[in-house]
Amino acid sequence: MRRFSWFNLTSLTLGFAFLYLPMLILVIYSFNESKLVTVWAGFSTKWYGELMQNEAFLDAAWVTLQVGVISSTIATVLGTMAAHIMVRGGRFFGRTLFSGMIYAPLVMPEVITGLSLLLLFIGIGLDRGVLTIVLAHTTFSMCYVSVVVSSRLVSFDKSLEEAALDLGCTPFQAFRLVTLPIIMPAVISGWLLAFTLSLDDLVIASFTAGPSATTLPIKIFSSVRLGVSPEINALSTIMIGIVTVGVIGFSVISKRNIARAEADARAAERT
Amino acid sequence: MPANGAPIFAPWDDPAAKPLIRFENVTKRFGDFTAIDNLTLDIYEREFFALLGPSGCGKTTMMRMLAGFETPTEGKIYVGGQDMGPIAPNQRPVNMMFQSYALFPHLSVYENIAFGLRRDGKPKDEIHHRVEEMLRMVRLQKFAKRKPHQISGGQRQRVALARSLAKEPKLLLLDEPLGALDAKLREDTQFELMDIQENTGTTFVIVTHDQEEAMTVASRIAVMDEGKVMQVSTPDRIYEFPDNAYVADFIGDVNLIEGRSSAAIDETVQIEWAEGQQAITAQTSRAITAGQKVFYAIRPEKVTISPDRPADAVNAAQGKILDIAYLGNLSTYHVQLPTGQVIKSQMANTRRISRRPYTWEDEVWVSWTKTGGSVLEG
Repeated sequence: MRRFSWFNLTSLTLGFAFLYLPMLILVIYSFNESKLVTVWAGFSTKWYGELMQNEAFLDAAWVTLQVGVISSTIATVLGTMAAHIMVRGGRFFGRTLFSGMIYAPLVMPEVITGLSLLLLFIGIGLDRGVLTIVLAHTTFSMCYVSVVVSSRLVSFDKSLEEAALDLGCTPFQAFRLVTLPIIMPAVISGWLLAFTLSLDDLVIASFTAGPSATTLPIKIFSSVRLGVSPEINALSTIMIGIVTVGVIGFSVISKRNIARAEADARAAERT
Repeated sequence: MPANGAPIFAPWDDPAAKPLIRFENVTKRFGDFTAIDNLTLDIYEREFFALLGPSGCGKTTMMRMLAGFETPTEGKIYVGGQDMGPIAPNQRPVNMMFQSYALFPHLSVYENIAFGLRRDGKPKDEIHHRVEEMLRMVRLQKFAKRKPHQISGGQRQRVALARSLAKEPKLLLLDEPLGALDAKLREDTQFELMDIQENTGTTFVIVTHDQEEAMTVASRIAVMDEGKVMQVSTPDRIYEFPDNAYVADFIGDVNLIEGRSSAAIDETVQIEWAEGQQAITAQTSRAITAGQKVFYAIRPEKVTISPDRPADAVNAAQGKILDIAYLGNLSTYHVQLPTGQVIKSQMANTRRISRRPYTWEDEVWVSWTKTGGSVLEG
């Protein structure tokens, strides 16, 4: 173990404190006995129990999950297709315009995206509900997927696709049988990113959600305006838990894959 | 070969032979850059044909046009008499072995070889049979279940070869197939490739920048430069009878002497090449006119070095040994003439080096025969 200097130690502590102190307090207070969020009155898990009874929160959580899964799946399909065209399509008419338009939502203020979607849905007479949130989330998360996937495709050896064509694949078969399996990790990362963004989103969802469907962030935000309840702390703790498990699991798997690939490469050199 | 009655394989000399591949006035431009310039070329069935040239000479473009990854800007390419213009890469009777091997990293060795066969929808046991046969051919049966990153570079090269031959293509394209192998493995693999080519009877077209490789494996070589074919011929003719100074210089080591020729009389010319030097007497079948500027190309191993002027020498010049390049089996002597010109002479080291007859600064004579070199039009 190497020793840290005082300077290193201070910056490390400060950095982590800034990042995680608020969350730590939230987690601690989720186990608070008292109804008052700021007063500690002993350990209890009763707010978790109450949360399970709260229909409104459970409904919102269910909607959020549905929206997240459906929108990130559609966004992954569309984003991957867009990335493939951008990287592999060569030069075609309107390419620059098209690529600019794919990436524009990345820098577009969310309020504007939300507002324009709202106007569109009203314009075409679409009732606001799960469907409209899904459409909205697909729209803005698609560009993130396409950024992730195209960065993988740029480093992808084009001769692999040519080899597939050479061996009798149609262009679609070459994509399905060769390109897609190889870029799969990037596609999955794109899906996870889109899912996280959808789970996270408050602004766009509040523009496009209707009375029939509310997502969890909207629900939390609106109930906080009436005062922070320990129930919300409990809910947030659960969400932090899910995200943490997901991130750790993902990095463990990818680390193991890298280690295995390295071991294979060493074994191959010996034979 | 004719001694035992077998005919020499030389369909290019037979006017009745139909070529398997025909490039007809093919031009390929990338924007302003002309990669292939109005090129016409025939390649015959069962040939091991090498496209040889420096990088950027257009040889890879030729191959990619055959595979269907590039389309000619002008002209037509025929394979087996059929115009390849409208035919997509996946429908051509052509397979390619890529320089990077392009093995599918997510599939095992077995699945890589079976990939093309599966696309044809062949019955399962037929595919299995064929893959086993291919694995046997490249001696990789034990590695069938491994992934490409679990085998060595030489084994990957063989998987790539097996995969591209599995569909029994009429024509196999090999893009620098041995480029990634080290020298010793390379040499073994060259002979292996020749054996496989002979046994399968497939027409091979190989792209390479390595002249030794081309000379070893090919039945004929096309030497290319800047999108043009400089000469197409058998390795021995390319080496011994180059068509032009570019080919003479590109293939092997050569002494290129510029001079002015007399008119050819009885296929013999006199070339005036330096003040105070005897004119070179050379044999040529070219119609050379008096006073024409020519290059005289002679290989170093055809130049003899001796302490005195050989009595019967047709061409001889005196000089001083400037440099000796010792290669083990051979030594190349750089002999500087009084005119400043350097003539290279290569001698086999039939004796051990301690008994070497010549050393630096020795006054020697270089000589060569009337038929030793080629007269090339400048």
